[in-house]
Amino acid sequence: MENLLLMMAPLFSSKLLLVLFFGTLFGLILGVLPGLGPTTGGALILPFTMTLDPLSAIVLLTSIYCAGTYGGAITAVLINTPGTPAAAATCLDGYPLAQKGEAGRALGMATVSSTVGGIFSVIILVFFAPILAQLAYEFGQPEYFALAIFGLTMLASIGEGSPIKNLIAGAFGILISTVGKDFMTSIDRFTFGINELTEGIGFIPVVVGLFAMSEMLTQSTLINQVFNRIALKAIKLPSKDDYKKTWKTILRSSGIGSFIGVLPAEGGTVASLIGYSEAKRFSKKPEEFGKGSIEGIAGAEAANNAATGGAMVPTLALGIPGSATTAVILTGLIIHGVRPGPDLFREQPDFLYGIFGAMLIANVLFFIFGFFGAKIFARITLVPNKILWPMIFAVSVCGTYSLNQSIIDVWIMLFFGVLGFFMRRYGFSVVPVIIGLILGELVEGTLRQSLVIFDGNWLMFFTRPIALTFFILSLIALAFPLIRSKKFKK
Amino acid sequence: MKNVQKQKRANKSLPFFFRDEFKVCLVIILISIALLITTFTFDIVPPILNRGIQPATFPKALLILIILMSLLIYYLAIKNPWKVKKKLPKSFFLTILSFFIFVVISKTLDFFLAISALSIFVSYYWGEKRIFYLLLVGIIFPVLVFIFFETILGLRFPPGIITNIYYS
Repeated sequence: MENLLLMMAPLFSSKLLLVLFFGTLFGLILGVLPGLGPTTGGALILPFTMTLDPLSAIVLLTSIYCAGTYGGAITAVLINTPGTPAAAATCLDGYPLAQKGEAGRALGMATVSSTVGGIFSVIILVFFAPILAQLAYEFGQPEYFALAIFGLTMLASIGEGSPIKNLIAGAFGILISTVGKDFMTSIDRFTFGINELTEGIGFIPVVVGLFAMSEMLTQSTLINQVFNRIALKAIKLPSKDDYKKTWKTILRSSGIGSFIGVLPAEGGTVASLIGYSEAKRFSKKPEEFGKGSIEGIAGAEAANNAATGGAMVPTLALGIPGSATTAVILTGLIIHGVRPGPDLFREQPDFLYGIFGAMLIANVLFFIFGFFGAKIFARITLVPNKILWPMIFAVSVCGTYSLNQSIIDVWIMLFFGVLGFFMRRYGFSVVPVIIGLILGELVEGTLRQSLVIFDGNWLMFFTRPIALTFFILSLIALAFPLIRSKKFKK
Repeated sequence: MKNVQKQKRANKSLPFFFRDEFKVCLVIILISIALLITTFTFDIVPPILNRGIQPATFPKALLILIILMSLLIYYLAIKNPWKVKKKLPKSFFLTILSFFIFVVISKTLDFFLAISALSIFVSYYWGEKRIFYLLLVGIIFPVLVFIFFETILGLRFPPGIITNIYYS
């Protein structure tokens, strides 16, 4: 009961309501614009959150996450281009249905299923995050090391990119985290005599560079791309018949999305693909999939929005990001001095339940905004890239500079922008770099402290049951892509 | 699907040193080796103060891992070549050039001027020829961003021609 009241706190704070309103609106705009999305948008807004208190900052980021994930569906349905990678599966049936003159029906179903999926996942978050955090009390340094390794090996099975390339990117992210003074001995590593590097490479220049600047370079290769936009008259709530057809799919995909979201490093993209394929498998009319099936839209959208709450579970309970956007949210928590984990649940329940409540409200808000404003948001896709991206550049540069008032940070951002572009070009996902960077200190710190505890005996790791379980899960995570590819070949 | 196979076949017909997989793996391995050599220059903690492993050990292990995985992706690419990428358009190189111009101007002249110059340059080369929109992205919007950061966030921009005039 007390927790429920804490969850409702954002409703009684005008400041938080304003932040939620702005975050949801901003998230929708970001989700609608192809190439932006909640991850890049979250990265862009991260420096601005420094002017807010920690709760408002995280509420802003989470509302952007929820609304941005839904916003991607608008572009997917109307221009056959997913506004976010998580909406890729929505294109498969959303656009064909829109081509049949039923764009409003397609968006109506996307809005309802996204909202149901989102709310379902927040309920999962409220129940499971404290349980997981409670389990984490049993964790010592070796267990945290094994958990971080598990989180990193999950990168192998991230949706885009080859498993080995993802692991290289993850290892590179950890390597970046070693730049600067060694936290145990204060010895300089990879500083090359540059004073600014002794404090290490900041999260924000890397995040903004890898997401926003690399996307700007990607857009520079697509300036002649023309989108065929389908006009939207009005969004329609699903009919009784549509509800009858899809309610099971929505619930199933909500469950799938929440579960996939909980797995470290997975996220909405994987969730929506699985949600979509399961919707097809259970459908009475699988032949309609890909031709404008309403179940296909419901399956994909409920799953990708359900992944938002799911992904927040390991992020808040263990400090292991559940997706790319939660990696940015985790960065936000760290720069605001909030260390996720079991202590957070014990010491700051008001903070945590405030976030849960805000996510719940954000899901309701994007339903309202989406339902009444989809037509306006659809028009945002008309803003040409030649106007939009120079503006994003100005905001990125000033935002990155603002954190430490260091011009070196801006150059680091540009460097990572170029690097991120080439990584993506050659099939290396940039998400593992961020996750590696975030987990780097945890991996190295817990490894070294564990070795001190074990007196240098590596084998002692395997005498700890929880650590051993995570190592076995890591092996399964590494083997999973191999098994999957063999299954596909068959 | 056929297109992807065609692109892969096109890549297979190239000499190995021209293939993307070779070039990418070579770059990763060379950089990793250079960084690995750098780790040997890190200070060593005397045994009496050392707790656990040396500060260089962890980065060394990571770099060796990266080299091994790069070799593995190259080995896998021999069997299953990467598809040939389309050549990058002129607009990409101009955008990269604008980044360099930004760095040079922000270091020598003015941070704000650098943002304006890049915005106009990029917008123009991406196809915007209308003066109003060029002014919007190159002057009006950066001014708004500048004012926002300066007044609301209390940020002080680095000294330069324009910022010095503003601050004085």
